[in-house]
Amino acid sequence: MVASKHYRVIGTRPIRHDGTDKVTGRAAYGADIRLTGMLYARVKRSPHAHAKIKKIDASKALALPGVKAVITAADFPEIPAGAMSFGEAGPQPMRYQIENYMANGKALYRGHAVAAVAAIDAHIAEDALDLIDVEYEVLPHVIDVREAMHEGAPILHEEMRTKDATAGPEGVPDRPTNIASHAQFKKGDIEKAFAEADVVIEREYTAQMFHQGYIEPHSATAYWNKDGQLTVWCSSQAPFPFRNQLSTLLKIPTQKVTVVPMEIGGGFGGKLYMYLEPLAALLSKKTGRPVKMTMTRDEVFEATGPTPGGYMRVKFGAKKDGTITAGQAYLAYEAGAFPGSPVGGGMRGIFAPYNFPNVQIDGYDVVVNRPKTAAYRAPGTPAGMFAGESLVNELARQLDMDPMDLRIKNAAHDGDEMPWGGNWGTIGNIQVMEAIKNHPHYKAELQGPNRGRGVALGYWGNAGMESSSSASINGDGTINLVLGSVDIGGSRPALAMMLAETVGVTAEDIKPRVVDTDSVGFNMFTAGSRTAFAGGWAAYELGIEIRKQMVARAAKIWECSVDDIEYTDDGIIKGPKDSEGKDRSFTFKELSGQLGRTGGTIDVSVNVQKSSVGVSFAGHICDLEVDPDTGKATVLRYTAIQDVGTAIHPSYVEGQIQGGVAQGIGMALSEEYFYNADGRMLNSSYLDYRMPTALDLPMIETVLIEVPNPGHPYGVRGVGEVPIVPPLAAVQAAMEEATGINFTEVPMSPRVVLEAMLKDED
Amino acid sequence: MRCCGLEGARETLSDKIVIKATINGEEQEFLADQRDSLLEALRERLGIMGPKEGCNNGNCGACAVMMDGRLVNSCCVLAAEVEGCDIMTVEGMAPDGLHPLQQAFLEEAALQCGICTPGFLVSSKALLDKNPNPTEHEIRFWLSGNLCRCTGYDKIIRAVQSASAKMRG
Repeated sequence: MVASKHYRVIGTRPIRHDGTDKVTGRAAYGADIRLTGMLYARVKRSPHAHAKIKKIDASKALALPGVKAVITAADFPEIPAGAMSFGEAGPQPMRYQIENYMANGKALYRGHAVAAVAAIDAHIAEDALDLIDVEYEVLPHVIDVREAMHEGAPILHEEMRTKDATAGPEGVPDRPTNIASHAQFKKGDIEKAFAEADVVIEREYTAQMFHQGYIEPHSATAYWNKDGQLTVWCSSQAPFPFRNQLSTLLKIPTQKVTVVPMEIGGGFGGKLYMYLEPLAALLSKKTGRPVKMTMTRDEVFEATGPTPGGYMRVKFGAKKDGTITAGQAYLAYEAGAFPGSPVGGGMRGIFAPYNFPNVQIDGYDVVVNRPKTAAYRAPGTPAGMFAGESLVNELARQLDMDPMDLRIKNAAHDGDEMPWGGNWGTIGNIQVMEAIKNHPHYKAELQGPNRGRGVALGYWGNAGMESSSSASINGDGTINLVLGSVDIGGSRPALAMMLAETVGVTAEDIKPRVVDTDSVGFNMFTAGSRTAFAGGWAAYELGIEIRKQMVARAAKIWECSVDDIEYTDDGIIKGPKDSEGKDRSFTFKELSGQLGRTGGTIDVSVNVQKSSVGVSFAGHICDLEVDPDTGKATVLRYTAIQDVGTAIHPSYVEGQIQGGVAQGIGMALSEEYFYNADGRMLNSSYLDYRMPTALDLPMIETVLIEVPNPGHPYGVRGVGEVPIVPPLAAVQAAMEEATGINFTEVPMSPRVVLEAMLKDED
Repeated sequence: MRCCGLEGARETLSDKIVIKATINGEEQEFLADQRDSLLEALRERLGIMGPKEGCNNGNCGACAVMMDGRLVNSCCVLAAEVEGCDIMTVEGMAPDGLHPLQQAFLEEAALQCGICTPGFLVSSKALLDKNPNPTEHEIRFWLSGNLCRCTGYDKIIRAVQSASAKMRG
């Protein structure tokens, strides 16, 4: 373990290694690959929210000059047995995953793929879509989670029975349902606590479905070579999981599949899942040519995985002094057409900052006729904590307490029991709360009509999992660092900096490169805020091994024991004095020049699997002003405070926080999946799905609190996800102060706000 | 040439046209489909991959280029319209070294995934060409046609401010 907390490289702000390619237009993203003889393919999608597919006739499309192949579900290999994890709810039957790539017998949401066509150019492929005749029998659909849970609701999957963690020995009713699962956290006796409480408060909340909104649409290019070798170039957060899934699905050995990760134009969790890759592979197999598929923006909205909307009900029991004695929550999330919503994220987050003695949290994963939901930054937590944190603020108002005093009184500390069992390790929860209370923004007076201020907290657990990496030393002392995790928000510089810190060189001495799945060992996905943590562990272990081997080389040259050599944190290798009593030492560069004659290049590789993850807490302060004529809210000032463990590259830590805040404000104020009665999304464009623009936001002040994770050599905690969580309830509280109205839904769009204000006047 | 029916339309539309334009300072002559957008022509016909397709309907600005000194979304311009025009993409921003905006985006960490960066750079250059000393509000207003989903815009605005200060000397 590197003892010094006074780092040389960590905490500095070097220019990112991949930066120049990205400011000159040279960086190659998913759609930037071009191969000789390449075909272009498009997907024919269901126009109905729920429909039986009675017949698909592609003959007219195949007759169009330039069209080379059409595939449907019939072209997929027989569905392999077993389960595969493709959501937040753990492994699901393989059938669900494959049927999300291509509808088989039934279309379960508008946008569900029913066929794909490859042609010599993109225009012809698009023309061919209209020539594929699909005969549907439209079925009743359901898109609202509460309606889907009712008896008599249209059923998506006849064979579905609830996986109910609370079911007794008699099991669950043997009849079709849309409730895929029910999970529960329980401690203490909430009924008794509510009965004995001075104050009991309960509210219902709703959240709409939101999309990650990455600017780069999904793109995949596949070439199935004549020797059976399949290569897939794609924009993905999970090249190794994609490789393994393709191997299983297409029944080819893993070594015959190579996934080449292109530069990724945003993902936020939405690029953890395959959509186009299997289709491009099958079309390539059928045509013998490389096939490229890129989604349009409306396909991205309608046919990839947004985060679920949901219905939340929260109840607190408290003493007059503000001690919250019981917290109860009921969360029902829209999984989309297949099970696997991240309701668990909402369940864990909702009361995480607090130490309530009595807790019951019930979470339901419910299928509806919407696209299959996917991960989105702290999956499931923004909606859950919108409900929980809004009610904490309401309780503070009811008790006439400062909202931060109420939180500090009930805060979870190191070692307290977590709502789902087990105990907290070293957490920065109370430090975040106190930093909010002491921040000038919190203390500043907010003047003017229609203005309000709100605070809220956020939690995210982060992930560890598996990372492999390798490094080799060049003769001039520079180092090539080989990475298998896609760089989505600045992990190249962060990992290079941790290796540089360990070895005692500069960030610029390291060249990090993200490689394909043939060129480095297995890496789990870039998600769960795990890359800086696990990749950083790997970089640290590479550095320790390099130090050890460098010492051994020096020992060989000086003909001394390795125990007599010191490797300083500045990368100086100090030996024992020579026979004349003179000091002997090498710089890292000097010794690197000697490697050739002392045994050859030093080339090391490591695999790490660490579970000593550091969780993240954050708290935000929002000032806004509501236009009473239009209901539009303008954010005036915003401060985001977060325990970041150790800020490796502070600029990119700040950037993660600022980006998360912007997405959270979008959820709070303007974004939503807006459906009509036919189950059709009406706003599947960037113009109508209203993501914040530069004009919608102020500068976002960040406060980085460093409570190092004791489970990491450099104290790293994941930083990327938690900042999306607090904005929803912080905006809700500011809205309440500005308008006097208690909003219980997100987004609080101008329409929602104006309607509420007009009703309030009546 | 037939003039009605799908087959006829197909033949008509597939007719290629020859376009002559100056692209990043070099005169180019290239073939394009009549229905190619400028974005498609740049990427598919000329291999100029800096302009990105984020939405293909003018909402995200990732494909922004300069056309005769005017900022346009290249997905909303037909290739046929650029006959005789002067086009600048991100690749042509600085023939030698990096443009001060490119340098400022690096130094201020104004990009994360980088997919929107070419559009932001071209748009920012168009702004500074017109208004060398914009206020924060003017920068935000001008760049509201470019969507970024990673940064929350904070560092992008600061990078434009920093480049503007440097360029004014």
